[in-house]
Amino acid sequence: METAELKETVQNIVNEWKDREGNLIMILHQIQNRYGYVPREVSLQLSELLDIPLARIYEVLTFYHYFKIVKPGKHRVSVCMGTACYLNGAPGLLNELEHLLGVSAGETTQDGLFQVEVVRCLGCCGLAPVMTVDGKIFSSVQKDDIAKILSDYSHKEPIFSSGDTGSQA
Amino acid sequence: MVNAVINGMAVEVEKGTTILDAAKKVQVKIPTLCKHPDLTASAACGLCIVRLTGSNKMLRACSTPLEEGMDIVTHDPEIIDVRRTIVELILSNHPNDCLKCGRNGDCELQTLVAEFGIREERFEKILKDIPKDDSTGTMVLEPQKCIKCGRCVEVCQDMQDVWALSFLERGFHTRISPAGDIKLADSPCVRCGQCAAHCPTGAIFEKDDVEKVWKAIQDPEKYCVVQIAPAVRVAIGEAFGFKPGTNLTRKLYALLKRIGFKAVFDTNFGADVTIMEEGSEFVQRFVHKKGKLPLITTCCPSWVDFMEKFHGDMIDYFSSCKSPHEILGVLSKTYYAQEKKIDPAKMVVVSIMPCTSKKYEITRTNEMFASGYQDVDIVLTTRELARMVKQSGLDFADLPEEDPDHMLGDYTGAGVIFGATGGVMEAALRTAYFMVTEEKLPKVQFTSVRGLKGIKETVIRIGESDIRIAVAHGLANVEYVLQRVREAIQRNEEPPYHFIEVMACLGGCVGGGGQPYGVTDELRKLRAQGLYHDDENQEIRCSHDNPYVQKLYHEFLGKPLGKRSHELLHTEYHPRPIYRK
Repeated sequence: METAELKETVQNIVNEWKDREGNLIMILHQIQNRYGYVPREVSLQLSELLDIPLARIYEVLTFYHYFKIVKPGKHRVSVCMGTACYLNGAPGLLNELEHLLGVSAGETTQDGLFQVEVVRCLGCCGLAPVMTVDGKIFSSVQKDDIAKILSDYSHKEPIFSSGDTGSQA
Repeated sequence: MVNAVINGMAVEVEKGTTILDAAKKVQVKIPTLCKHPDLTASAACGLCIVRLTGSNKMLRACSTPLEEGMDIVTHDPEIIDVRRTIVELILSNHPNDCLKCGRNGDCELQTLVAEFGIREERFEKILKDIPKDDSTGTMVLEPQKCIKCGRCVEVCQDMQDVWALSFLERGFHTRISPAGDIKLADSPCVRCGQCAAHCPTGAIFEKDDVEKVWKAIQDPEKYCVVQIAPAVRVAIGEAFGFKPGTNLTRKLYALLKRIGFKAVFDTNFGADVTIMEEGSEFVQRFVHKKGKLPLITTCCPSWVDFMEKFHGDMIDYFSSCKSPHEILGVLSKTYYAQEKKIDPAKMVVVSIMPCTSKKYEITRTNEMFASGYQDVDIVLTTRELARMVKQSGLDFADLPEEDPDHMLGDYTGAGVIFGATGGVMEAALRTAYFMVTEEKLPKVQFTSVRGLKGIKETVIRIGESDIRIAVAHGLANVEYVLQRVREAIQRNEEPPYHFIEVMACLGGCVGGGGQPYGVTDELRKLRAQGLYHDDENQEIRCSHDNPYVQKLYHEFLGKPLGKRSHELLHTEYHPRPIYRK
């Protein structure tokens, strides 16, 4: 992402929303959708353009799970912790993921390849336990399946649709 | 008016009065951990729940206005049980560090735990491992001790308009932190300490330098001297059972000598010198048209920091004059050291201040080392001094009254009112009047600049001229004043004011971030009254009439704004980024 280009994009989005009520959330949505997260430099720029303190912007960004403030990993791995998945062994899946990738839920691997997160109910409880990679659903996952799933994605390009976080937050 | 019943007693209050305040009228105190008299109710803690007879709902007394005909029960076994459970739940996320906590014995949560007689912990303890932040060197943020009442956030955002602190995330993950979990020192924080002064627990606490002072006093190689700020003398008594506002100046002198300081000075003397410089600066700009108007006062380091971060375009309007304790610091290590033949390298200057920001000010720029050494070495807040007194074993109340070291200790009425909002302005006007007219003031007091109104605008007649002034306290009140100045500049008009005084804390230094806990407007008023009484009781009430100030200029400094004054007593300002990260 070029800084000048990013700045211009942000300026354009702000111009579109500037005089409308509730504009902060709408602007943040657009940034999130476009880049997969809201970079700090963008928040700083927004603070200036909208005359809203950075602290307030971060209050909004961190209140809604939808918004991310760190660059997402190339592949997004989500483990469902909804009731059905939870009871069918999702915590074990998460453990295995964290163990294999060396990160905790909410973090991204150092090589930027995988980002692990916990989501609440993906709406397919009959397939529990469920995990998704870049939005693709893997059903009735067993602990031992995980290494194989991950290795398939190690060299794949993401099919990440930017607006979809897979979360019900 | 509204008529209602609280605990079976008829009560009549003004419309809009909350149940919490109405209950006080019938001698009932409803507990709360989040509501503070300075702040609007956030209804965060839930402790103040009361029962509305005829309804199943419990209401929060802090945020519910009493309505006509309400029948309220504030205390019954069930309510008390709910409140106890709330305290227990808070405790389940709060470390049991009380014995080693700075707030031990003076903590609102600890007090409630004691009052509810909680002897066991019913709920599993879940503590979050968020590290301490001591980056500002003035306050230490310990998120683990935070109970999320939100007072500090309200203070930082609404009262001070600084927006260093915010509520990040939500639910169990909620935490108080600067945007993006950066360190406070990299945030807009101006170190005013109002967050610490309003925190009910030890989650934000002043950096404790008491031990450093004891070590310096004990060191035979060092020559330890001390000064006390105006606002300290009328507030420290609160920690020893004196009525708020009681002036303990001369007991403090005795105390500090007994503690082991070799000389005891008074920051009020530094204030008198400040007025000589700042008054001259005003006359130079106003009468001789050299320099920009309005002139803006700079005694308050949080205000200076705020201005450097948020209002860099106003730097030309700032007085270049240092704050009184910095002036006294540099004079200690030059004028006093020379006169008394003390090696300044061995001197340790300790400032007792109502302020956390002064801890930052002493290394703010190179000019704070004008003596060739760090001009002020250590700053203690009023609260730290109170602890030091208790450690010393001295019976403060029974101490005799003594004098300070006259050379840097004798002050005028103008010097002592520096501690209240409007005080610097009033002191400056007294001397400016003399400098402009060369006549004695017929009436020394300028009462229109006094009081707790957030923005005070007035016009004062001096000689043939009208001087338009503005006094603002509480940083959120600054914006209006500066905006008026900016608009006038843009339109190329006469400035709306000639002279502006700003103090970061409500009430001025008497309401400072380092003062005893529990500040309210009532307390601010009483403390300020203590200072104004001291002023009235002084034989000399104008800085330029202080014989020791005259001696200082005659023997050492030369003229106000002269070469030596500029070297020692003045400083510079530079725009700073609001965020360093």
